[in-house]
Amino acid sequence: MNAKPMTPLQRVLTTLGHQEPDRVPMFLLLTMHGAKELGLSIREYFSSADNVVEGQVRMQKKYHNDCFYNFFYASIEVEAFGGQTIFRDDGPPNAAEPVIQKREDILKLQVPDLAKAPGIQQVLAAHRLLKDHAAGEIPIIGVVMSPFSLPVMQMGFEAYFDLIYEAPELFQRLMAVNEAFCVAWANAQLEAGATAICFFDPVSSQTMITPEQYRTLSQPIAKRTIARIQGPTATHFASGRCLSIVDDVADTGTAIIGISADESPAELKAKSNKRLSLLGNLNGIEMRRWTAQDAEAAVKAIIADAGAGGGLILSDNHGEIPFQVESETLQAVSAAVQEWGRYPLKWSR
Amino acid sequence: MSDSTVLELRDRLKNALLMIDYRTVREVLTGDHPGMTPFQRVEYLIVPVLEQIGTGWENGEYSLSQVYMSGRICEEVVDMILPPSDPSRIRQPKMAIVTLEDYHVLGKRIVYSALRASGYELGNYGQMQASDLVRRVVADRLQILLISVLMLPSALHVKDVVGGLQEAKHPVKIIVGGAPFHFDQQLWREVGADAFGETATDAVRIVHQLMEELA
Repeated sequence: MNAKPMTPLQRVLTTLGHQEPDRVPMFLLLTMHGAKELGLSIREYFSSADNVVEGQVRMQKKYHNDCFYNFFYASIEVEAFGGQTIFRDDGPPNAAEPVIQKREDILKLQVPDLAKAPGIQQVLAAHRLLKDHAAGEIPIIGVVMSPFSLPVMQMGFEAYFDLIYEAPELFQRLMAVNEAFCVAWANAQLEAGATAICFFDPVSSQTMITPEQYRTLSQPIAKRTIARIQGPTATHFASGRCLSIVDDVADTGTAIIGISADESPAELKAKSNKRLSLLGNLNGIEMRRWTAQDAEAAVKAIIADAGAGGGLILSDNHGEIPFQVESETLQAVSAAVQEWGRYPLKWSR
Repeated sequence: MSDSTVLELRDRLKNALLMIDYRTVREVLTGDHPGMTPFQRVEYLIVPVLEQIGTGWENGEYSLSQVYMSGRICEEVVDMILPPSDPSRIRQPKMAIVTLEDYHVLGKRIVYSALRASGYELGNYGQMQASDLVRRVVADRLQILLISVLMLPSALHVKDVVGGLQEAKHPVKIIVGGAPFHFDQQLWREVGADAFGETATDAVRIVHQLMEELA
């Protein structure tokens, strides 16, 4: 029996190799909860790398989290393109008015200079500080929006879908700009200390577009982009379904797939056939009203479904746990992983 | 017109919508179909086909982009064959749709298009905060309010709208929809809504039921 527990990084790397570590790794993808820890407003919290680092360090210890999640908020990327962010006290910041007001604006769009984007620089500073705290033992997760999904914030959902169907040349021009930005942004995070990049791509889920559209429009972009990102990636569909495109997602070269609470981990695991590891799929929305017993049952169900043989990182299904989820619930999730996630999983057989 | 012809037209319409084939959609809906009034084309062709596509999305067969484009195309054609001023348009009970607080308005647009493509006329309030929304609903004397949200905090603020309208003693039926209500099926009751629609088709069905209740 191995008496010494693995470090979080060893645990994660073992499961990504489709071997069983000492226990199922757990990524509690907490962002805004750091503000609660520090007694700050969400806006104030995300205004400084020091705050986010302190929040992540405290939460990693409190919940025995197997990662640092250095994600501020999605619209930080839109800020780099000249957009604004709207903050609220009880939820994630949102992108304000679209930076692309009309289709012709795409022709003028330039790849932002990361050095001139203050929000981006705060995230990079946080990576550098977290690297010291991680001491090579805790993976640090950086985040990018995929080139294909970023336009929802750049121009709005409706205008973007209209663009895809009605103006293919402008769509390609927008993708070229976003692809260059995404690669530069991801690699800057890796250089600053990120261990891996979570490639958020909700618009590519089969909830949003057809598998055929994924194969012809989105997947080639994801494949090119991921090939140029100089570190491992996890593709996350932020609650969207992905069963029909699992093979195509694996072909992009990504290592991990973030899965929806709407789909079966067992089915996804079988279909991905060790080409991908699973990240998910606790229902973050329901989690708000879970009892400790609910949390335990949910954790056990996922582990029983997809834990055997490794290839599973237990997490929520969206890539961000809602601000309304209480600390007691998060502790109950963590305790359940500690108790039921120990390998070998004799109880589930 | 025979049942088999109607079924054939539905098939053509559905395939054309899924392929985003505007020309065929227009051909089917504006073609020479003797004895079929514009409103019957809406009722017998568009409503069931949008329902099939909505159900297909729910089952994972079709995508949201197809649901959105189908509704949008049908809405455009219906505006041609059944203009907003046409007396056949359904204007009562008075209703409107809104995105509460969020900045993503696709869900609202899909439901708005599906209702208009089904022959209903309704107000489009855009994106509003709870307190402003309460004032507007009261001022406009709405009987049905459809609320679309994407984020959990916005879904929870439906409670503020319900409370505000109760305080104003303004009776209105509230239908909610959006991802938080999908992922937590108890949430719509918790926030005090009268109904929850998983899809745009559900919204059309619920509005129809409420119309009968309110008649």
